[in-house]
Amino acid sequence: MDRRDPFRLNALTSGHRACSGCGQAMAARMVGDLIGPDAIFVNATGCLQVFTTHNAQSAWQVPWLHSVFANAAAVASGVEAARRGLPGSERVVVQAGDGGTFDIGLQCLSGMIERGHDALFVCYDNEAYMNTGVQRSGSTPHAARTTTSPPGRLSEGKRHLKKDMLAIVAAHHMPYAATASVAFFPDLKAKVEKAMRLRGPRFLHVFSPCPLGWDHDAAASVQVARLAVETGLFPLVELEYGAVTGVMRLAQRRPVEDYLRLQGRFKHLFKDAHGAAELRHLQALADANIRRYGLLDATTAWDTGEAGRAQRGGRGGYAPAHGAAS
Amino acid sequence: MMTMRQIRFHGRGGQGAVSAAALLSLAAFEDGFEAQAFPKFGSERRGAPVESYVRISDRPIRSHTQVYAPDAVVVLDATLLRSEPVLRGLTDGGLAIVNAEGEPEMATGEVAPRWLAVTADRISIEHLNRPLPNTVLLAALAGASGWVGLPALETVVRRHFGRKGERVVGANIEILREGYRLGAAGGST
Amino acid sequence: MRRQLEGSRAVAEAVRLCRPRVIAAYPITPQTHIVEHLSQMVADGELAAECINTESEFAAASVALGAVAAGARAYTASAAQGLLLMTEVLFNIAGLRLPVVMTCANRAVGAPINIFNDHQDSLSLRDAGWIQLYVESNQEAVDSMIQAYRIAEACELPVMVCMDGFFLTHTFEPVELPEQAQVDAWLPPLRFSRALDPVAPATLGGGSEPDNYLEYRRAQHQALDHAADEIVSTAAAFQSTFGRTHGALIDGYRLDDAERVLITLGSVMGAVRDTVDALRERGERVGALKLRCVRPFPAAGLVHALRGARRVAVLEKAISAGAGGIIAAELRAAMHAAGIALPVDGFVGGLGGRDLTPASIEAVFAASAAAGPAPIGCQFVDVDAADEAARPGE
Repeated sequence: MDRRDPFRLNALTSGHRACSGCGQAMAARMVGDLIGPDAIFVNATGCLQVFTTHNAQSAWQVPWLHSVFANAAAVASGVEAARRGLPGSERVVVQAGDGGTFDIGLQCLSGMIERGHDALFVCYDNEAYMNTGVQRSGSTPHAARTTTSPPGRLSEGKRHLKKDMLAIVAAHHMPYAATASVAFFPDLKAKVEKAMRLRGPRFLHVFSPCPLGWDHDAAASVQVARLAVETGLFPLVELEYGAVTGVMRLAQRRPVEDYLRLQGRFKHLFKDAHGAAELRHLQALADANIRRYGLLDATTAWDTGEAGRAQRGGRGGYAPAHGAAS
Repeated sequence: MMTMRQIRFHGRGGQGAVSAAALLSLAAFEDGFEAQAFPKFGSERRGAPVESYVRISDRPIRSHTQVYAPDAVVVLDATLLRSEPVLRGLTDGGLAIVNAEGEPEMATGEVAPRWLAVTADRISIEHLNRPLPNTVLLAALAGASGWVGLPALETVVRRHFGRKGERVVGANIEILREGYRLGAAGGST
Repeated sequence: MRRQLEGSRAVAEAVRLCRPRVIAAYPITPQTHIVEHLSQMVADGELAAECINTESEFAAASVALGAVAAGARAYTASAAQGLLLMTEVLFNIAGLRLPVVMTCANRAVGAPINIFNDHQDSLSLRDAGWIQLYVESNQEAVDSMIQAYRIAEACELPVMVCMDGFFLTHTFEPVELPEQAQVDAWLPPLRFSRALDPVAPATLGGGSEPDNYLEYRRAQHQALDHAADEIVSTAAAFQSTFGRTHGALIDGYRLDDAERVLITLGSVMGAVRDTVDALRERGERVGALKLRCVRPFPAAGLVHALRGARRVAVLEKAISAGAGGIIAAELRAAMHAAGIALPVDGFVGGLGGRDLTPASIEAVFAASAAAGPAPIGCQFVDVDAADEAARPGE
């Protein structure tokens, strides 16, 4: 095991096969290092599984198990049940994409939470089935282009709305459920650390851009992720037992166009009057989020501006080696 | 003493035909016999006709098929005589015990080699305030056939109803004794 | 101790004796009583296990998978639709070479929906990479459950013990239950070498490509092949400790000098034995053979056991629709490969809980007294005469 870097664990080490600019690779590396070595990771089928394990090779330096697409939360339930009452302090972490969380994995996730398993479920949300080549999922935002929600003479992209996954999870008497973003590392770090201090089922929803599927510059992933938060389309919030207990205040309000224009998957919205109507819908969705969570006037420790500067100003507060995160 | 005895219970869902078969097999086991009991289950709900089967033998029982040639049939609900072929396959000299007030009568006009009518509902209501005819008829079968003993029946009934308290156990023991007496008196012909 | 127990209770007692640490299941008739009994044992403190009541069979199999991967002995049970809902995970457990043990309370597969017994559910999963044992009695169910854990853990392969729904699960009959100390000595705690462990982090279930997938599958096939030896030696070891055997891969009955042999699996074997005795008394040279192990398929053992037979009938409670009996086809292939021209009559019956009566078993024996080649495909036992008249020529 390569643990030569004294500053980070490298739970997910280099040499894996992710695309350049992959938001999920960034997010999984952050989450894995913050959680530390005393954990067992269960992975759903998806990009993360595919690009980290290949034939007899593995980029994981933590115990890692993959079974099938839909069952990660149930497999983790079994791992956790097997560890119950035994000596050892390792924790259980589930990793899945939005398909393995919002759609095919939702039933197992619901069961895992309802039964109160002591496990952290991390959803790396890139808003479509990227592993199979960009098909729409229950997480794909309204009006986005995917290969199965293509714009056309009769279509402006995905007709339906993105599921409110956090609300679905929070409705399970959930001890802790939060959203985070690869663009706001200090916030993500605080949330992972908080989640790992708690017991019982916990849920972390990490916004993870996909340059390939979203059709943006591979160097722009963090910028795109930041704009999703700053426009109000992806609010950074925390819920405990269903109640909102933390909100990242927006330092400034950005129009959704600033976010959408960077991505080819929304290009068709800028062509004609139909697209303009959809843009108004998307702005309305962002406005609704801003009202719902009080994103402009929340009383918070820091806002998006400060959090962004904190990240850019230093090494980002990575966990010391061997997971002092707990 | 015996080779193989086969018994078929006919009842309606909720009357205890399945429990009666299980209890009979437990009593036979208690008496040192090989025994087997199983229901012809269904998606039956309360009130639908159900069957259950018992085999008792002094040698290991290998077959798991249903009982087609019973040495006795026990009918927990006399209305089944109108709709179900409860006597089918009954052996020569076979015994039919029916939960009934008067002389049992098949809609088809068939008669059993030996009929025994037992007022099981009435006896059950007297002791339990509920028509639960299975234990009465079980004991009557034991009394009439001698295939299992009353002490063995009392042992398994005590065990079976143990969780429900001494009063329920006591009432069921009373029922057993009365059923056994009726069976011994009526079934000896 | 010898006790008069319902089959489901007997199996639950056997599972308890094996000390699983994790039990995961979703209720389905006729499996329910097994997990109800286990839940009660855990509630009463008689079994130190985690009972995980999952939201589906798919999740139940997944929980068992995760538990074994984390080093715990695990148990699950299902039937019919539930077993098929597990399908993806069952293949996965086998591919990961995890020693999960489960009971299949065999039940017909819908549509039309039917809660009663046949073998369509588990036989449909014969290619999943699981060892499959079919039992004749509740005593065999108990003994096979204990053997199953030892076989599974020795071979790092999952084992499915298949017992007939209702015919066994709901039948009270005597069973001899071993003492806990005996089982503890015979079945040591699970030591799973590949268990997930932060001290020695390993990756389980990574991706594979065309350049090595075939080798994985070949290794799995070879492991199943080799498991036959383990099944035989485990049955022998069980007999020497507990004094009982039900056969290992196959169990012949009065095969010496038998010219006609009926092969079947599951609980109907008991009535077949009775029928063989009755026909023998009439001077017919018949015998029977119970196929206890369907995977690995004991081709060599069957060829050897049937070397003296002139004609064989296979009576099975499942069908590969559009092809015929499953076991009959595999037996024909085994005989052909061995260069033996043995007519094999394929009979399909007892589907959806239809009782295979002593008369139906005799009829199968009678039909197999025919001369000439056996018809390809299958013949149906006890088909409703009215239905036969309405669809002639089948």
